[in-house]
Amino acid sequence: MADFKTAPADAPAGVKLMTWVDNRFPATKLFKEHMSEYYAPKNFNWFYIFGSLALLVLVIQIVTGIFLVMHYKPDAALAFASVEYIMRDVPWGWLIRYMHSTGASAFFVVVYLHMYRGLIYGSYRKPRELVWVFGCAIFLALMAEAFMGYLLPWGQMSYWGAQVIVNLFAAVPFVGPDLALLIRGDYVVGDATLNRFFSFHVIAVPLVLLGLVVAHIIALHEVGSNNPDGVEIKAKKDPKTGIPLDGIAFHPYYSVHDIFGVGLFLMVFCAIIFFGPELGGYFLEYNNFIPADPLKTPLHIAPVWYFTPYYSMLRATTDTMVNVLCVIVALAGVVSLLAVKGKARIAIAVGGIVAIALLKTFDAKFWGVVVMGGAVIILFVLPWLDNSPVKSIRYRPQWHKWLYGIFVVFFVVLGYLGIQPPSDLGTLVSQIGTLFYFGFFLLMPWWSTIGTFKQVPDRVNFTAH
Amino acid sequence: MKRIIVSLLAALSFCTGALASEAGPAWDKFPKDRITDMAALQNGAKLFVNYCLNCHAAAFMRYNRLRDIGLNDEQIKKNLLFAGEKVGELMNVSLSAKDAKEWFGAQPPDLTVIARSRAGSNGSGADYLYTYMRTFYRDESTPTGWNNLVFPAVGMPHVLWELQGEQRAVYANEKDPHDAAKTVHVFKGFEQTKAGTLNKADYDLAVADLVAYLQWMGEPNQTQRARLGVWVLLFLAVFTLIAWRLNASYWKDVK
Repeated sequence: MADFKTAPADAPAGVKLMTWVDNRFPATKLFKEHMSEYYAPKNFNWFYIFGSLALLVLVIQIVTGIFLVMHYKPDAALAFASVEYIMRDVPWGWLIRYMHSTGASAFFVVVYLHMYRGLIYGSYRKPRELVWVFGCAIFLALMAEAFMGYLLPWGQMSYWGAQVIVNLFAAVPFVGPDLALLIRGDYVVGDATLNRFFSFHVIAVPLVLLGLVVAHIIALHEVGSNNPDGVEIKAKKDPKTGIPLDGIAFHPYYSVHDIFGVGLFLMVFCAIIFFGPELGGYFLEYNNFIPADPLKTPLHIAPVWYFTPYYSMLRATTDTMVNVLCVIVALAGVVSLLAVKGKARIAIAVGGIVAIALLKTFDAKFWGVVVMGGAVIILFVLPWLDNSPVKSIRYRPQWHKWLYGIFVVFFVVLGYLGIQPPSDLGTLVSQIGTLFYFGFFLLMPWWSTIGTFKQVPDRVNFTAH
Repeated sequence: MKRIIVSLLAALSFCTGALASEAGPAWDKFPKDRITDMAALQNGAKLFVNYCLNCHAAAFMRYNRLRDIGLNDEQIKKNLLFAGEKVGELMNVSLSAKDAKEWFGAQPPDLTVIARSRAGSNGSGADYLYTYMRTFYRDESTPTGWNNLVFPAVGMPHVLWELQGEQRAVYANEKDPHDAAKTVHVFKGFEQTKAGTLNKADYDLAVADLVAYLQWMGEPNQTQRARLGVWVLLFLAVFTLIAWRLNASYWKDVK
């Protein structure tokens, strides 16, 4: 416990108040540790705004969500009407609802950019592994949050989207049908499903999400932020003050920076809310203005855009794709057999045969689910896949930069194909995209060490503004 | 880094018009200016209440919301309420779902947000409705004696037939451009077989008014929303400008 302090008798009221508080709660200490004396690298670029923006969007979602819950009815017979009631009869309800629906998409925009920034600058490398792992958990929770929230308007897309995704769980061997039943609470998506999704969406998942965000930030502030050069600023400190030479106080320098970024972000955000809240059917799907009808399956069911890259991977996993995977497993087995000696050879041979046997035993639909889930789960182990001698893309070989660029192209193309109805060409392209996505990560231990790396400087590159 | 951004932009260019392409004929363009024309909206409301609101409900819409298009409660009561409803009530219908299913094969959909739900890659929901309401034609093979160009085998009869009159769809057999061995049935246009009370131009205007009303009803404050948006963006522009200069003044000493 810190010493009990006494403010001088002639101190201003504010100082007296803070002394009183600080003796009982470490308010000033927390503010210093996380704001005014948290030293962040001074060479952040625009890519570093998305963490703060994600926090802003989280607050927008929570506050608008609180007001929506005041008027929304989680009841299959009333849900659709209650949303229209919010849109028409609740004063400013339309604004709250559009903020929430646009906020959902905005969340994924900023989170995808935030994750990609971490990816290219190596922000997941030692000692920031847990920052990254907590972040991946946030992403997973966010996906659950978005998926369950999307059922609540009870439109056709809400209903059938949930139906399709919950049915995926039924593809799990042995326990699948029971698992799907447990999630739905009924044999089809119905009132029971709506009620439990509502419960998860408004309380269970947000609680987890908030806890994870706190863990993410505590872990970050423990190890300090990475930067576009991937230089550890803590390695070079001012001998007198102990402050990193390339560090700068988060507050006021980055808080004022972030306010500027928030202004730019809100301009885009508000332009969508006020001039095109449907955003051409991407943010609010047209079909979702038709009330859910369990007897009428829409011709084309597509998830909202932020799920479509993963949805494409699911659809890409056809029987042919499973055969391709078998061949890949066999080739990988042969290569590893040549590379190792002794008992490990037997283990590899047995492992390979078992893997191929499993691939052929279960339905391709199940493997599609595995691929879709695996595409998210694989992100968790990224810190242990990257063996490159440098963190940042700036000091990697030129062809690495192309690889990261192609990764983005494939991710966007997969997202695009997931919105489209299935086609032969689309399936082929998404199969190539899926293989690239997994190849990118699974082969990273190997490719990340190859090439000529540039010399990483001792200090960060910074040009004064 | 720059190259990555360029690749990203190139990839995004694939995504234009990404929604599922719809088959069927192109949709005519709904004359958008009518959405801000109060007289057009009022005429649309009258047509809607007289012709649509017998079978279709607009169960999320209150009569008194029509104040937004320049009607007062007295006018709403006198001209648009036929069954003793109150102006604060929702636009419900007394047609039961069971009867509707028996008579038309399906329950007529609620029309409150119909304009929002019908948008697609062929155009906006208003474009669809504007085309739909003008392309009913006589077809003796269907139970109602009517068919529709953009909604083939539709269960709904042509409720505006008195206004439009009757028309026949003219089809021609042409060689399939993709396969010379086949012929395809191509729609060539309509032929008026019986005159209605309105000529073609007036009928198109009446439908435009009705569709304007449906579009407005889908989101009654859509024009106010955009108007407010201009002010919000102006505020944010000033805010961002100040934040930008504030940021610059803090950072100018950082070397």
